[in-house]
Amino acid sequence: MKEKLVLIGNGMAGMRTVDELLKLSPDKFEITVFGAEPHGNYNRIMLSPVLAGDKKLSEIIIHDLQWYEDNNINLYIGKTITKIDHARHRVLADDGTIAEFDRLIIATGSVPVMLDISGKDLEGVISFRHINDVKVMIETAKTHKNAVVIGGGLLGLEAANGLIKQGMNVSVVHRNNVLMSQQLDQEAAGLLRSKLEESGMNFLLDHHAEALLGKKRVEKVRFRDGSVVKADLVVMAVGVRPNISLAQVSGIQCDRGILVDDSLQTMTPKIYAVGECVQHRDKTFGLVAPLFEQAKVLANHLVNNDVISYKSGATSTQLKVTGINLFSAGNFIGDRSTESMVYKDFARHIYKKLVIKNNKIIGIVLYGDTNDGLWYFSLLKDRQDISDMRENILFGQHHIETEMQIT
Amino acid sequence: MNDLNTVLTTCPYCGVGCGVEVTKLENGLVSVQGNKSHPANFGRLCSKGSALADTIGLEDRLLHPMVDGKQTSWETALDAVTERLKKVISKHGPDAIAFYVSGQLLTEDYYVANKLMKGFIGSANIDTNSRLCMSSAVAGYKRAFGSDSVPCCYEDLELADLIVIEGSNTAWCHPIVFQRIVKAKKQRPELKIVVIDPRKTATCDIADVHLSIRPGTDATLFNGLLTALNQHNKVDWNFVNQHTEGLVDTLKAAEQTAPDVARVAQVCELNEQVVSQFYQLFINTEKVVTLYSQGINQSSSGTDKSNAIINCHLLTGRIGKPAAGPFSITGQPNAMGGREVGALSNQLTAHMELETPEHHDLVSRFWQTDNLAATAGLKAVDMFEAIAEGKIKAIWVIATNPVVTLPNADKVRKAIEDCELVIVSECELNTGTAARADILLPALAWGEKTGTVTNSERRISRQHSFLPHPGEAEEDWWILSEVAKRMGFGDAFNYQSSADIFREHAALSGFENNGKRDFDISGLAGISDQQYDTLLPVQWPVTLKNPAGTKRLFEDKYFFTRTGKAQLIPVIPRMPQNPVTVEYPLSLNTGRVRDQWHTMTRTSRSPRLNTHISEPIVQIHPVDASHYQLKNGGLARLESKWGNMLARVVVTEEQRIGSVFVPMHWNDFLASKGRVNSLVNPVVDSISGQPESKHTPVRIMPYGPVWYGFLFSRKAIKSIDSEYWVKIKGQQFYRYELAGEKTIENPSDWAKNQLGKNGEWIEFIDQGINRFRAARIVENQLESVVFIASEFDLPTRSWLSQLFSETTISDEVRMSLLAGKPGSGLADCGPMVCACFGVGENTIKDAVKTGSVKTVEEIGDLLKAGTNCGSCIPELQKIISG
Repeated sequence: MKEKLVLIGNGMAGMRTVDELLKLSPDKFEITVFGAEPHGNYNRIMLSPVLAGDKKLSEIIIHDLQWYEDNNINLYIGKTITKIDHARHRVLADDGTIAEFDRLIIATGSVPVMLDISGKDLEGVISFRHINDVKVMIETAKTHKNAVVIGGGLLGLEAANGLIKQGMNVSVVHRNNVLMSQQLDQEAAGLLRSKLEESGMNFLLDHHAEALLGKKRVEKVRFRDGSVVKADLVVMAVGVRPNISLAQVSGIQCDRGILVDDSLQTMTPKIYAVGECVQHRDKTFGLVAPLFEQAKVLANHLVNNDVISYKSGATSTQLKVTGINLFSAGNFIGDRSTESMVYKDFARHIYKKLVIKNNKIIGIVLYGDTNDGLWYFSLLKDRQDISDMRENILFGQHHIETEMQIT
Repeated sequence: MNDLNTVLTTCPYCGVGCGVEVTKLENGLVSVQGNKSHPANFGRLCSKGSALADTIGLEDRLLHPMVDGKQTSWETALDAVTERLKKVISKHGPDAIAFYVSGQLLTEDYYVANKLMKGFIGSANIDTNSRLCMSSAVAGYKRAFGSDSVPCCYEDLELADLIVIEGSNTAWCHPIVFQRIVKAKKQRPELKIVVIDPRKTATCDIADVHLSIRPGTDATLFNGLLTALNQHNKVDWNFVNQHTEGLVDTLKAAEQTAPDVARVAQVCELNEQVVSQFYQLFINTEKVVTLYSQGINQSSSGTDKSNAIINCHLLTGRIGKPAAGPFSITGQPNAMGGREVGALSNQLTAHMELETPEHHDLVSRFWQTDNLAATAGLKAVDMFEAIAEGKIKAIWVIATNPVVTLPNADKVRKAIEDCELVIVSECELNTGTAARADILLPALAWGEKTGTVTNSERRISRQHSFLPHPGEAEEDWWILSEVAKRMGFGDAFNYQSSADIFREHAALSGFENNGKRDFDISGLAGISDQQYDTLLPVQWPVTLKNPAGTKRLFEDKYFFTRTGKAQLIPVIPRMPQNPVTVEYPLSLNTGRVRDQWHTMTRTSRSPRLNTHISEPIVQIHPVDASHYQLKNGGLARLESKWGNMLARVVVTEEQRIGSVFVPMHWNDFLASKGRVNSLVNPVVDSISGQPESKHTPVRIMPYGPVWYGFLFSRKAIKSIDSEYWVKIKGQQFYRYELAGEKTIENPSDWAKNQLGKNGEWIEFIDQGINRFRAARIVENQLESVVFIASEFDLPTRSWLSQLFSETTISDEVRMSLLAGKPGSGLADCGPMVCACFGVGENTIKDAVKTGSVKTVEEIGDLLKAGTNCGSCIPELQKIISG
């Protein structure tokens, strides 16, 4: 008789874990999946191209409903789990559905942060997280003109870019003057900004939204300095936080996220958590790469019980924002104790920066030309001394190789 | 001229006097080949000659008369010259003015200058820059033969069984003569070559014996040879008894100062085997030519040294016959012509003597003047000394650049600045001397002027013009004659053409001569303009009896002394006048490099000539280098009692321990501190007046700038913000080697201020180690490049310089620009080796590595390198032998 495995959350991290399980041992578990969204499992990262009109929804589906059937997975979509009863080893959904488990995986992901300002509940105020958000944006674009995106991070800029493609006038509101400050330094952010301005994006930097104005539907955004802009649509992209409400109500130990150990076990027996909802060694996660790593570790643990423990090491970000290649890792700002090496070819929209400490790379920002990103990143992770390649390292690996050939 | 588009002329550089064939091309440019029918070079040209076409542009040419900084008409300028000269003469007498002329003048210009000064102004204060290169040889010949007669010809080198090359880097300074020797040795390996030179130069590549002699001890070496020849009964008693005088004293002097090999070896700091090897070769070889140059001449005892050499040839009677003789080779295209017209302050004209009454009378009658100078004037160094002291109030400098070439050059520059009246006839705008002139007179350059020159083997050749007269530039003889007319000497200077002048010069040489004087070209006195135009190269004497000219002199054993006998001259060797001291412990040697000539006003216009050695360098032996903490490729400061300079350090075993070598070429327009002559001691040979340019006590130390760098720009840069700079013209760019004493606060601004802000700038900054690099692209072409670092070992310049010829810069190249080298997949030809065909070191090395070539010849077949002038063959050899 198979073990019963229940997965809460039909998102990327959870389903990746299922994929890994099926790879390792297709028949070990009887698998049940609950998903709040009324779809099969889809690639959330690809929502931006869908919004931009570069991809159709059907193209970003990872597993359609048929796939679940073929793999004998009971899928409950549009059903939200309201309680985990770990004493009885079962979960309850909002419609009363009950599922028993021998093992439970919580993969509830994260929820977008909505600024707590007046008017946040007006019609036309949304986040950029779910397929439905994208549908709303595309529909609004057909009938309305002015959009305001709050948040100049990756998600905000992609939303803004998509809305421009959908034909709206878009203003991006950002609380400081460095776009994507998680990934870029001031200089790179400046390049990105001027590039996006060319494409018609309008920026309100060092602006703080104070209130959303409107009767039924949002009409304006007012800022702390009293200034006001028109807005028929407001997209909040000021970040996400782990979705832990279910875990909390169910008495599973949480901090900012659901606390897990190196094998992704929660503090409650038989219950695991994976993805953006977890907090591992005080870190929470927003990028896909570490989630997939977690999925691998968890699946392996569930099948073989052996502990290949999860290590959340240094991570690099390689992104394509509206067609521009970016790469960043480590401490790319630097401080008094560091030296930085910079290459600029602004006419070609290229900017490269390495932050050096004791002749080792500790930070990387690449804008426009990211070819050597991974190489730099491996040097960073290996803490390799770069003294003898310092002269040419910024011109790329093939220059170091010629060096070798010559000498 | 054989057809309209081809002009036969001669090369304007060294004294070999190669024939050049110039072809005018459709596009107004010209191409230059060697003249196959010219007996000096039979079609070969060296790297410099081959690059002549690069040097005829009008950029930086003086094209209009200027008086006190303002452009004027010729009338005004010539009047000004005349009035101001007359004023000085009337106030202070004729000896208060001086002419300083040049071995680059044509014989006709030379003749008129000398005639005006000595014959009509009435002062002998006319001297020539040839004073600096061969006046000791002249004095030596005159003491021995009673006349300034070069006995030999180039053919003698090919016929000889032994060639002693003494004090000459022939391979670089007289490349075509060297190539003739190389060829001869190939054909007859039994031909032995001995090279005597403190340095192991490229000339040593063909040497059977190299004597790395202690600087200044040559006379001892040859006295020792004289002793040895006597001891081995090599005295040609018939010849010595009948045709020479002074044997006893001369042998005595030799035996006292150089009794045996041991003593010689000790004085010259050579090992005994090498010395006796050389002596044995000389003793046992009848057909021996001693080829000597500046290493002998530029010495405070240069005249004695040449006589020490000549003595050995006289004692053995090895002179006046094929394949034998003491052969002084000159450094300028018409040094010999200057000697023939007597444009040295202690000569009269046509090899006659100022202070010989019969000569004075003869010339007075011929020129119909009663004002002919009767006493010798001041020699170059004394002349500028007199200017500094204010004794000479007016100087007319013609076709030379004394602020760069004279010893103690800073003092010379000051003297000229302070001189009451400075007149300069020049074709170049940018010479340190022209920059300090009150009156500038635009002269014609090579390719524009027409006349004759005489090469080192007494061969008179025609120089023809093939270019229009640019701007208002004029023949030097015309300028001089116009001034002469204005001074009231019209009848004597009424020349219509250079042919007129040549005929007069020829006539004078034969006037009442009847074989009494060596220089006689009366056979040409009657030639028509047309014959003058088509005059074929001919060696003087040329008389009506032997119109075909004379290969070698003294075959009749008659010498031009009073007794008709050659003089053996007792020589007591003297060391250089200023010995090295604790304070100035090194001996500074100066000379030429392969691809530059004189002060570079012409050769620096040729990109390919600038690739061989592009900066003022100082060569130093590894032992000295480490002692003075000098790094190869770093910068050094050299100081003497007289001046200082900066130079790039080249550490090489080819240099002798205790002495350093610095090229003579760089001027103020090409380098901020590259004038070696500002260090050179103003010491001269008491007889010849030639400076001791081959030895000055100096000290050397590392030059420690805060930063090093280089900079490329398509356009020349107005002012360079850097203490050390060298300007190098390249193919469609100027390159500047830089070093600075002040930290550059904002390198990006520093670069843009000098190069301009526009265009697409690419920058690389490594603040950690003050490394800055930038490139500017305008319309897809490379416009400028800057590299700055705290160390001198910057990337090679070769790849970047190639990119200035690219019509567009590909993205791949663009990415690599600031690396200074291509990423894997792009080729870098490396530093230039063959200047003629632009073949780089890496290209050759690769060919050798891949085994596709094993010999110099194979390299030539594959890459053409070394197949034109051959001056790079030594380097090719080095690359092959790894």
